Amino acid sequence: MNRYPVWKYAIIVIALLMGAIYTLPNFFGEAPAVQVSSSRATLKIDSTTLVRVEEALKAAAVSANAIGLEGTSVRARFDSGTEQLKAKDAIQKALSPDGTDNGYVVALNLVSRSPAWLSALHASPMYLGLDLRGGVHFLLQVDMQAALTKKTESFAGDIRFSMRDKNVRHAGINRNGQTIDIRFRDSQTLDAAKRLMADQFPDLAVVDAPEGTEYKMTVTIRPEAARLVQEQALKQNIVTLHNRINELGVAEPVIQQQGLDRIVVQLPGIQDVAQAKRLIGRTATLEMRLVDDSAEARAAETGTGPVPFGTERFFERDGRAVIVKRNVILTGESLTDAQPGFDSQTQQPKVDLTVDAKGGRIMRDTSRENLRKRMAVLLFEKDKGEVLTAPVIQGELGNRFQISGSMTVAEANDLALLLRAGSLAAPMEIIEERTIGPSLGAENIAKGFDSVKWGFLIILVFMAAYYMLFGLISGIALAVNLLLLVSVLSMLQATLTLPGMAAMALALGMAIDSNVLINERVREELRQGASPQAAITTGYDRAWATILDSNITTLIAGVALLAFGSGPVRGFAVVHCIGILTSMFSAVFFSRGLVNFWYGRQKKLKSISIGTVWRPDSGGALTKSK
Amino acid sequence: MEFFKIRKDIPFMRHALVFNVISFLTFAAAVFFLFSRGLHLSVEFTGGTVMEVAYSQPADLEKIRGTVAKLGYQDIQVQNFGTARDVLIRLPAQKGTTSAAQSDKVFAELCVVAGAQMQPRDPTKPEQLVCLDAAKTQVVDLRRTEFVGPQVGQELATDGLKALGMVVVGIMIYLSFRFEWKYAVAGIIANLHDVIIILGFFAFFQWEFSLSVLAAVLAVLGYSVNESVVIFDRIRENFRKFRKLETTEIIDNAITSTISRTIITHGSTQIMVLSMLLFGGPTLYYFALALTIGICFGIYSSVFVAAALAMWLGIKREDLIRTPVKREGDPDDPNAGAAV
Repeated sequence: MNRYPVWKYAIIVIALLMGAIYTLPNFFGEAPAVQVSSSRATLKIDSTTLVRVEEALKAAAVSANAIGLEGTSVRARFDSGTEQLKAKDAIQKALSPDGTDNGYVVALNLVSRSPAWLSALHASPMYLGLDLRGGVHFLLQVDMQAALTKKTESFAGDIRFSMRDKNVRHAGINRNGQTIDIRFRDSQTLDAAKRLMADQFPDLAVVDAPEGTEYKMTVTIRPEAARLVQEQALKQNIVTLHNRINELGVAEPVIQQQGLDRIVVQLPGIQDVAQAKRLIGRTATLEMRLVDDSAEARAAETGTGPVPFGTERFFERDGRAVIVKRNVILTGESLTDAQPGFDSQTQQPKVDLTVDAKGGRIMRDTSRENLRKRMAVLLFEKDKGEVLTAPVIQGELGNRFQISGSMTVAEANDLALLLRAGSLAAPMEIIEERTIGPSLGAENIAKGFDSVKWGFLIILVFMAAYYMLFGLISGIALAVNLLLLVSVLSMLQATLTLPGMAAMALALGMAIDSNVLINERVREELRQGASPQAAITTGYDRAWATILDSNITTLIAGVALLAFGSGPVRGFAVVHCIGILTSMFSAVFFSRGLVNFWYGRQKKLKSISIGTVWRPDSGGALTKSK
Repeated sequence: MEFFKIRKDIPFMRHALVFNVISFLTFAAAVFFLFSRGLHLSVEFTGGTVMEVAYSQPADLEKIRGTVAKLGYQDIQVQNFGTARDVLIRLPAQKGTTSAAQSDKVFAELCVVAGAQMQPRDPTKPEQLVCLDAAKTQVVDLRRTEFVGPQVGQELATDGLKALGMVVVGIMIYLSFRFEWKYAVAGIIANLHDVIIILGFFAFFQWEFSLSVLAAVLAVLGYSVNESVVIFDRIRENFRKFRKLETTEIIDNAITSTISRTIITHGSTQIMVLSMLLFGGPTLYYFALALTIGICFGIYSSVFVAAALAMWLGIKREDLIRTPVKREGDPDDPNAGAAV
């Protein structure tokens, strides 16, 4: 009567197999590795990079265990940390001989030692949180009010410019916080201004009211547009952070949006927090300057003459020198947007730039006077300038113009991104910071592991002693629960933290509850005189209702934690919830399978090994069931 | 082995009133301490900076306290944790300076006081400073710094309360759906009783209430309701099975027949928690402590609070078996059809 159909056993075998495969990578540990990736869209990491890395290692006489192209990065594994450091220096020197940043990011990393066939199945070890592997965690708050104020200021400039352009005579435009007040002397002008606003500034909301003999118009950014401004500011800050963090050479940085105005940055394995912080808080500036085309400048460009007075020498990304005048035409503050696109006539890739009204006026004057000359766009970071591009001015420019020419689509994208990401869209401040040293991380792993191990062993021994064979089966079910829990966590690549490990221990403690419920129920049935086979069936069936109720209530708490928790609470909640789900499978379905396998076939089963079944009516004499 | 050789149902409900009074007094004491002493909230809730430093020699806490106080901080905490060489320093959030500047300054000062200097260990990386003395050994090591803005702390607190509220409402709804509202009310009160008592302990002893303790408290909320659910389950079953018994007898029987399971389950969970308490280190210490209190009071409250409350609320057979059962009892019941 207690038999499982074959398909149920098949499910168990498949679950165990999957569990084993996905748990396996956790046992191989991690090997020190050097990872080469690209920080630019234009720079592809491919087999030629692989060859260069191989050659560099050969030249430096460092032997790697394995070198391979994995996705968009080259990874070389080594036996020890010292070899890893040597290899990093060698590779860095080979890829950028003069020490300048040329797009390659060479980072130290830890790579799973698991064999290739496991990696092919996408089986990788659990993703350890910062408290277990060491590193830095920042939570940055983006000052959205500042972003909006900046945008309002730029709108005020644009309005001033358009009104003059259309000959609408206002009596003063003032920005007042995030609103713009415009005064008019008569109602005709007001009407003209209203038409203009509706026509040219759809993102602005306009309210007008008479004020004494004059009229006042109050302009604000529409909520939808404001939301868009905030979204863009956040995105731009994230892009900027990405660019900057690439310089640190962190293997797997996490840069994510959190909520509406926050950014989480996690840098595993970083030792030097101060440097990381300097880099994140750095302000980069963008400048537009004219290129000096005189004969002396030409000579200085090729390195045959001195740099002329009033000019400076900068380098383009490909290393060509450009002589630029010191006089700054525009700074990045005026640049409001840069988007890649295609020229409608030539179908060539281009980058569209938009500058504010003031910038547009300057641009128009400058371009008119310097037709057919080159203008350089420079990016200053860490007081070091770099020429992003130096196009020739082809006509009179306004506040919208484009950079086009011999660019590929990828280059256009890259340039637009660099132009936008040159500076932060809005100031940010660090509102939360955590640094965990790597030795502390290793200690935390050991501590978490010890708690799980000892608790597990004691429960195992107790269950086997108290419930005999049924206890042993419960113990095996518990082990299966642990196996499934670890494999699901590895599969989902959920972040495992120390509270997560605590949740794992707690999940095991609570999972045994189901088995205790079942075993007690079976004993009770036996006590009431049921036959062993009937006791197993009713024991499991009756316990199931209780198990379901109690697990669902626990799950409710877990889901609430998951929904509202953050940081350590979330780490706890993820493992807690998964643990409850896997325990229902292992404690009920799997353990029943084992019991059925062991006892199910025996038609004339006299007794089962479930420890003492004590009967009050037996006058205190113990009746051992086996 | 069998630990629980119980011949007769234990008359738990006969003493329900006494236990309820005890419960109420403990509860009142917990609430009193919560209000009079308040919780010692961790930096995660209040905002501020925490530094963990490790000395090569056992640390002189008074000296460290003096050093930090000289830098113009008030309301600082300096304490050992783990070993005598590990020191935890808490600084309140300061306006104007960043946490990085704060911790760098404090650490540099500690280093100088310890008779060493901040200098690069690796000459090729002048930016990475460590604290070395004349013999080039590291005297103090900054192991961890943590900074939380006060605003984030506020949000964590409100999120914690929201989570608490959602757990309570979710469990109420589920229990009313599976059982009846009286059980839901009794279960949730027993539950909150546990939670308040845990908080009372933390307030009384001024243990640090951190985010992980909050997680433990919420886990207890889910866990201890388990207990009540198991007993309620039995009560429902007994109502169906024993038609002639009084409500108190039914409850007594339900508790007695589940008591062995209750003790063994909690024992097993407690073993795990104990192992966390012993091996988990300082990060898990208070987490495990909160769970321990939660487990102990969880047993007590499910037996004496939840069941007793359900009894006072007047649970009846008719509440659970809404559609009058026409069939002869439970088909699995060996006594089905027997006339008594």
